[in-house]
Amino acid sequence: MAGAGRAASEPRPGRRLIHRHSAVVRVTHWVNVVCLTVLLMSGLQIFNAHPALYWGQQSDFDHPLLAMTAEEPARGVTTVLGHRFVTTGVLGVSNDASGQPVARGFPGWITLPGWQSLAEGRLWHFFFAWLLVANGTVYVLAGVISAHLWRDLVPRRGEWRLIGRTVRDHALLRFPHGEEARAYNVLQKLAYLGVVAIVLPVIVLAGLAMSPRLDAAFPWLLALFDGRQSARTVHFICAMLLVGFVLVHVLMVVLSGVWNNLRSMVTGRYAIEDDGHGQ
Amino acid sequence: MASDDKPRAPGRRAVTTAALGSLLLGGCDRLAGNPKVQGWLGSASRLSLLVQHWLAGDALAPEYTEADITRSFKGNGTQDPDDDEYQALAASGFAEWKLLVDGLVARPVQYSLADLRAMPARTQITRHDCVEGWSCIGKWTGVPLAEILQRVEPKGAARFAVFHCADPMENGNPATKYYESIDLIEAVHPQTILAYEMNGTALPVAHGAPLRLRVERQLGYKMAKYVMRIELVEDFRSIGGGNGGYWEDQGYAWYAGI
Repeated sequence: MAGAGRAASEPRPGRRLIHRHSAVVRVTHWVNVVCLTVLLMSGLQIFNAHPALYWGQQSDFDHPLLAMTAEEPARGVTTVLGHRFVTTGVLGVSNDASGQPVARGFPGWITLPGWQSLAEGRLWHFFFAWLLVANGTVYVLAGVISAHLWRDLVPRRGEWRLIGRTVRDHALLRFPHGEEARAYNVLQKLAYLGVVAIVLPVIVLAGLAMSPRLDAAFPWLLALFDGRQSARTVHFICAMLLVGFVLVHVLMVVLSGVWNNLRSMVTGRYAIEDDGHGQ
Repeated sequence: MASDDKPRAPGRRAVTTAALGSLLLGGCDRLAGNPKVQGWLGSASRLSLLVQHWLAGDALAPEYTEADITRSFKGNGTQDPDDDEYQALAASGFAEWKLLVDGLVARPVQYSLADLRAMPARTQITRHDCVEGWSCIGKWTGVPLAEILQRVEPKGAARFAVFHCADPMENGNPATKYYESIDLIEAVHPQTILAYEMNGTALPVAHGAPLRLRVERQLGYKMAKYVMRIELVEDFRSIGGGNGGYWEDQGYAWYAGI
């Protein structure tokens, strides 16, 4: 809840603790961390059962958009849009728990479970998919009712022209101080809004479009993604976008004050300096 | 049909132990191997069944055009049953083959391929989605299962149709023959057919000759190939491993609409 700005205590002069994140935001954030971690790892397990992606309704086995294959002797090859990359050790071929090279799309250390099991990967994936949707529903309802989404995530009219400057500040590791640190900057808003309003809804819809029963109930799901195999590809691309988002997000959290950021997402309290830097 | 990568219990402990490279991953795998945890996770599958049944009702699976048919439809699971009895039937073009329909029915019967071909038929061009993730489109012709159920008159207690197949799944061992089950709601859905033709010709052996099940709103492993017998039951817990199908006994969900 950036910008709520109610002073809490005075730990030391020039530094104030403000109330930054509501309880709903904090709880749903950490539930999301668990859900996305399990969904990514079990999703890669499911992908490994047929490590190839296609476009359209069906699988054109001879022309995948992306494929991870194993060649003799023990060479992993990843093909992306017709370009071959040797990825032995990570993609296509990686070592199993006993150190033996095996044919696998993604390596065991990043899948759930670590051993090859499509059945168990699906169990994990669907349980946490339900949890993700329930959690997201709570977040969006609370965000709409409290106006958090509108107030804190949607960029203001004047903010759009600040994008260039904000990108430069981030690149130089200059983060906002003082009053400016109360609210999300425009890059944060766009990143969070993009994930909340675009990537997560699209990944859920693409997941639903892979269900043959839901394709019967809602044929528009297939039309939306141009087919079931494209839905699977979009689902995968969205997962990679989320991975990219999380990497940048965690990097920014670390660079802009890891303890302050972590405390704000656990207790809600965020310290801002009153020294006027960055004004 | 179903995936070839089977979860194998023997190596599991060794794999789990060795995977303790990091505390987190080790913890994950230990949790993943716990049957109680798996039971918990499985509750999501029952929720999916309830919600999807409510949302979809009798809705038909999308049907496609001749132009959409996959040129090389992937054969998966068993491609040629390792079973003497089946091979003898195949050698004579399935002339001696009979489908037995029994269990909780008023009138158990046996049908030859000619009997089935004489019944009302339905042709549908549908998408086959394998649990592994790939999809192929094929044209299927066969008898709606509802036609057969109407003739054998299921008793009131019947809740599931169990399909007993000719193909042993493990080294020709007849005790491991493929089987599957669907509920009677799915059984009378208009697109649930017993197909004897694929893409306009007799069903090839790789795709389940002489007769395979099509359940178009679920994944491939539900669509039993090489069907020999349909048994109507109240409960499938006493059949096979008790989970309603060969792959279900290996840990896959009974409901495969997702």
